[in-house]
Amino acid sequence: MTLLQVDDMSKAFGANQVIEGLSFGVSPGAIHSIIGPNGAGKTTLFNLITGIYRADRGRVLFDGRDVTALQPHELAKCGISRTFQNLQVFLNMSALENVMAGMHLHSDHRFWPSLFHLPMITRRDRELAEEARRLMAFVNLEDYLDAHASAMPYGALKRLEIARALATKSKLMLLDEPAAGLNPSETRAIDGLIQKIAESGVTVILVEHDMRLVMGVSDHILVLEGGRKLAEGTAGEIRHNPDVVAAYLGESARKQ
Amino acid sequence: MSFWNSSRSGGLVALALVIALLPLTFPNTYFFNVAILIGLNAIVCIGLNLLIGYAGQISLGHAGFFGLGAYVAAILSSNHGVPPLAALLLAALLVGVLAFAVARPIMRLKGHYLAMGTLGLGIIIAIVLNQEVGLTGGPDGMPVDSFSLLGWQPYGDRIWYWIVGVLLLATVWLALNLIDSPVGRALRALHGSEVAAAAAGINVVRFKVLVFVTSAILASLAGSIFAFYTGFITPGEANFFHSLELVAMVVLGGLASIYGALIGAAILTILPQLLTVFHDYEMMMLGLIMMLVMIFMRKGLVPTLANLLWRRGS
Ligand SMILES: Nc1ncnc2c1ncn2[C@@H]1O[C@H](COP(=O)(O)OP(=O)(O)O)[C@@H](O)[C@H]1O
Ligand SMILES: [Mg+2]
Repeated sequence: MTLLQVDDMSKAFGANQVIEGLSFGVSPGAIHSIIGPNGAGKTTLFNLITGIYRADRGRVLFDGRDVTALQPHELAKCGISRTFQNLQVFLNMSALENVMAGMHLHSDHRFWPSLFHLPMITRRDRELAEEARRLMAFVNLEDYLDAHASAMPYGALKRLEIARALATKSKLMLLDEPAAGLNPSETRAIDGLIQKIAESGVTVILVEHDMRLVMGVSDHILVLEGGRKLAEGTAGEIRHNPDVVAAYLGESARKQ
Repeated sequence: MSFWNSSRSGGLVALALVIALLPLTFPNTYFFNVAILIGLNAIVCIGLNLLIGYAGQISLGHAGFFGLGAYVAAILSSNHGVPPLAALLLAALLVGVLAFAVARPIMRLKGHYLAMGTLGLGIIIAIVLNQEVGLTGGPDGMPVDSFSLLGWQPYGDRIWYWIVGVLLLATVWLALNLIDSPVGRALRALHGSEVAAAAAGINVVRFKVLVFVTSAILASLAGSIFAFYTGFITPGEANFFHSLELVAMVVLGGLASIYGALIGAAILTILPQLLTVFHDYEMMMLGLIMMLVMIFMRKGLVPTLANLLWRRGS
């Protein structure tokens, strides 16, 4: 049984063929990593899966349903959440409101009751704020419960995006370089957080350059190069795959 | 949460007191007249600030909705015998439907394109009001029969002052409610990042259309009341200059600030009355104010002052 199935997907920007005939499956309840050099098409793949880009060819099945033509907000409703390589925090809101915005699908957002602040709106909002505080604690942001997003350091914003993605209560979470730009101790904390997320029952697809992080947490790794699948397997298999070593990991990985 | 609620009631009570006590300082009815114009501009600007300041979508055509609200209510009530209140509501409905119809294509545009799209819409409305002489009286304008409701006629600036005051208070209350609700969070989120909002399940186009239609209806309501209050309207109410004036009020008072919209409307309504230079060179003065705000006070008056006070207090 696969949770996400990508079938023969292709995408070009002009003459630049970024994804080419790519197929792979993601089984539920595990951490899947996608690695590959810069420009391999990892972020583009995330944008295709989450409906931000339209594929030229191929389809995406989620939970057995064809979701290829869906809009980004519809895919969120299906149970796919994500973070962004270049931060996309709502800098015009407080940290807590960022997480509460992530709960949009579980909030009562009808216009007229909101306009008149009917008691059911305030009551539901209080519950959501409580839950948002719990999620902020879950990603170790309890120091920022009253902070405005624009006043938070980079490392905290990375975790705020993860809390916002968790707030959607998705089945599948796509993390695009969550450790990029973090120092070693912050990276270790993200490592632990990703495992906590997987343990809570959310399937994770991780794109990450930090090889130690990838090799440590991944149940399954897909290696992408030039928009094609170069190799696929467990961390051990990938580490010793000669193609991968030649193309990407280099000598340093073999010695580890 | 409870802090926000109490600060919200505090602001509303303060505003109610100002509206109630202000007339005590008015030496003559001319002041009532200016206050009514401030109130009507503020109602339009609060809607416009929901669109521009909170949802981050520009409109350079909102005077078009104001003018349409004025003319439709005037034509229906004065030429077709529709009861004034029904005419006002029908105008709001018509403007709402029009805004909805144009919003779907227009709100897909971004930045400069959205500015041009709304600018074009406003210009088209102004041209129609100018050209349809048989219906609107053309550039010379048209008289409007006075308002009446079940035989009661609000007569004189004092009564209109209370009507507009109550409507302004209601608009502020509803706008504050909306901002601090899941709908308001969705609007602010799509301003912060459209892709992230969509990834959180927010239907970005739907919420943009919603806020565009809401702001257009507020402009229409204010326009209809303006028509009944002044008793005479011209196509000038719908022109580009008036749209720009409304945006300047929002920017000066403060983007994403409900009370900012009110203060901006007050200042830019009073200035031309006080200073004849401002009146004579209004377009240039507006440009100057916008430039100064953008250079020295990006956030606008109310948020900047609130920041200063908050920093001094803590
Ligand atoms: N919106 C876009 N328009 C044009 N080219 C793009 C766009 N997005 C990505 N690309 C191109 O696709 C290729 C893969 O980029 P990306 O998916 O960001 O790689 P990765 O995330 O693996 O580093 C790059 O050559 C990039 O220039
Ligand atoms: Mg990338």
